[in-house]
Amino acid sequence: MNISLTMFLIFIAITLGITYWASRRSAGSAAYFAASRQIKGWQNGIAVAGDYMSAASFLGIAGIIAFQGYDGFLYSVGWLVAYLTVLLVIAEPLRNAGKYTMADVLAYRLKPRPVRGMASLSTLTVSTFYMIAQMVGAGALVKLLLGGYVTFNQSVIGVGILMIVYVVFGGMLATTWVQIIKAILLMAGTFLLSILVMAHFHFSFGQFFAAISQVTYHDAKGAVVVKDFLTPGLRYKPPYGPLDLISLGLALVFGTAGLPHILVRFYTVPDAKTARHSVVWAMVLIGSFYIMTTFLGFGAATIVGPDFIKGHGGTNMSAPLLAQALAGNVFFAFISSIAFATILAVVAGLTISATTSFSHDFWTNVIHNGVERKPGEEVMVARISAFVVGAVAIGIAILLGPTANVAFLVALAFAVAASANLPVIVLSIFWRRFNTAGAVSGLAVGLLASIGLILVSPSLMAIDPPTVTGTARHLIQAKAWFPLENPGILSIPLGFIGAILGTLISSEPTAEEKFNELLVRSNTGLGAEKATAH
Amino acid sequence: MVETARNLEIAEPKQYEAAKSTWDGIANSKEFQDLMATKKTFIVPAFIFFVVYYFALPVLVGYAPQFMSIKVGLVNLAYLFALSQFFVAWIIAGLYVKAANNFDKLAKDILDKAESSKGGK
Repeated sequence: MNISLTMFLIFIAITLGITYWASRRSAGSAAYFAASRQIKGWQNGIAVAGDYMSAASFLGIAGIIAFQGYDGFLYSVGWLVAYLTVLLVIAEPLRNAGKYTMADVLAYRLKPRPVRGMASLSTLTVSTFYMIAQMVGAGALVKLLLGGYVTFNQSVIGVGILMIVYVVFGGMLATTWVQIIKAILLMAGTFLLSILVMAHFHFSFGQFFAAISQVTYHDAKGAVVVKDFLTPGLRYKPPYGPLDLISLGLALVFGTAGLPHILVRFYTVPDAKTARHSVVWAMVLIGSFYIMTTFLGFGAATIVGPDFIKGHGGTNMSAPLLAQALAGNVFFAFISSIAFATILAVVAGLTISATTSFSHDFWTNVIHNGVERKPGEEVMVARISAFVVGAVAIGIAILLGPTANVAFLVALAFAVAASANLPVIVLSIFWRRFNTAGAVSGLAVGLLASIGLILVSPSLMAIDPPTVTGTARHLIQAKAWFPLENPGILSIPLGFIGAILGTLISSEPTAEEKFNELLVRSNTGLGAEKATAH
Repeated sequence: MVETARNLEIAEPKQYEAAKSTWDGIANSKEFQDLMATKKTFIVPAFIFFVVYYFALPVLVGYAPQFMSIKVGLVNLAYLFALSQFFVAWIIAGLYVKAANNFDKLAKDILDKAESSKGGK
């Protein structure tokens, strides 16, 4: 039997065992949505890292560096630095004042139904878009990694069913442990790969960087090119490249702190101090990982070479092919199964954040005014919605097919998080005058601006040659109206302006009266939700 | 309807409820004002510093690529500056944790006071 397949199956068996164990500890809302708030700081830190480092990071960034050198490494930087916003501004107030979702914090002093409704819509948008991107990627990838053992559709269905099982039966506890195991595997695999790359260069940075300075490959016209891959500008070219890069940075720095699947993780720990320590743990892991993308990406560029990668599955295969070149098929299988674990952990995290928001914010609080009509209803609704979310994601991924152009969905998820979620969370915690109208208009403007700008960006608007067919074609066959792939530079200010204008044209004395309560709660942890016994 | 929703969290009651006057009292107390001032003194400059330091990277790389390509030892300025971002982020995180221990001490006094006046709940 195929070695990769065997390793995939071992990982599946272990995670299903964990799900079974967790399923017996997931009764009640706090247990199901927040793992009874008993996850330890270091565990949550590893889980945050596991939730965050997607296949797009592991395979995608390695691939971008392998093909476009230094500009790919620039990506890596933003993914870590973004956590300073989470650490300094968001994590602790959120843990202190909320229960399960970011909307809990908004609902404290604003009218719960409109703000929860909008916040839930924005959360579901971010999670679903991000999930579809992951699922399409997963289908194509698993098919490649397993070398023809399964089809695209089978891969998508398999990944979808696993993520549904983890979330429906194991809740946040199972999701957390899947993320922890994945993060440990990912760090171990990346570390090994980095050591092997350096061993290839006889542990000499001199030789390593000398090789990077003359990467040789064939360009589109078939001519031989030798390039210094440490030179900036191979990807982000004028006139709009630099601006796009800044816009991406803005989306990362302000968006990470608004990603629902990251935010829900801070409710799984006992208190704000533990939430803080878990961010620091996450930063150590995430930072180390992204520094090591230097070895993965440049290693693939120099040892495997862009020409070979192009002929064997394309950019996303850079890291697995590097493993194969350095240590053979077993290591290839190991790295492939890490990629598989990575996808599963991220989609499970996205599913649970989407279902938590739907069930807690929308079902219980918007439709039923904050009352659970019978015990366990909230968890029951979450389980059903996990099933629905999973089925919808499988369906859309299969409809789009393996060649669909979906990379923009990740940019969209970050843009919505940065332009809709972050402004209202920040203003709600820090601005006394802020009110319901401001929150609703901020969320709506941020959401619409992100979607609208992506719709008319080069990601969806371009003129394709006739050779490009089906879902790989751009949606709108015309020259893009907005020149950047990342809308953050415009959509984030718009989100803030929407929130501020909405506030100023309306008046809500109760929101201002309750500001002191939220201020005290979020800054001291007075009355914060405590860990519950199993 | 909306007003009742705010107070109805039947599944799990709030662990600390208090009247508006209590919250206002705490918010206006000297201890709480000290806590907020102490937090601000660290968080605001730290946030501004990291945003400026981080965005200097895409700005310099994007608009001064020749300058950033200057060789420094085995690598170039662009790579060194990018690499430095990781260490700067870690250092800021470390300093924050240190400063936050102090926030915790100040917050604990406020918590103890509030909870004892509530009868130890």
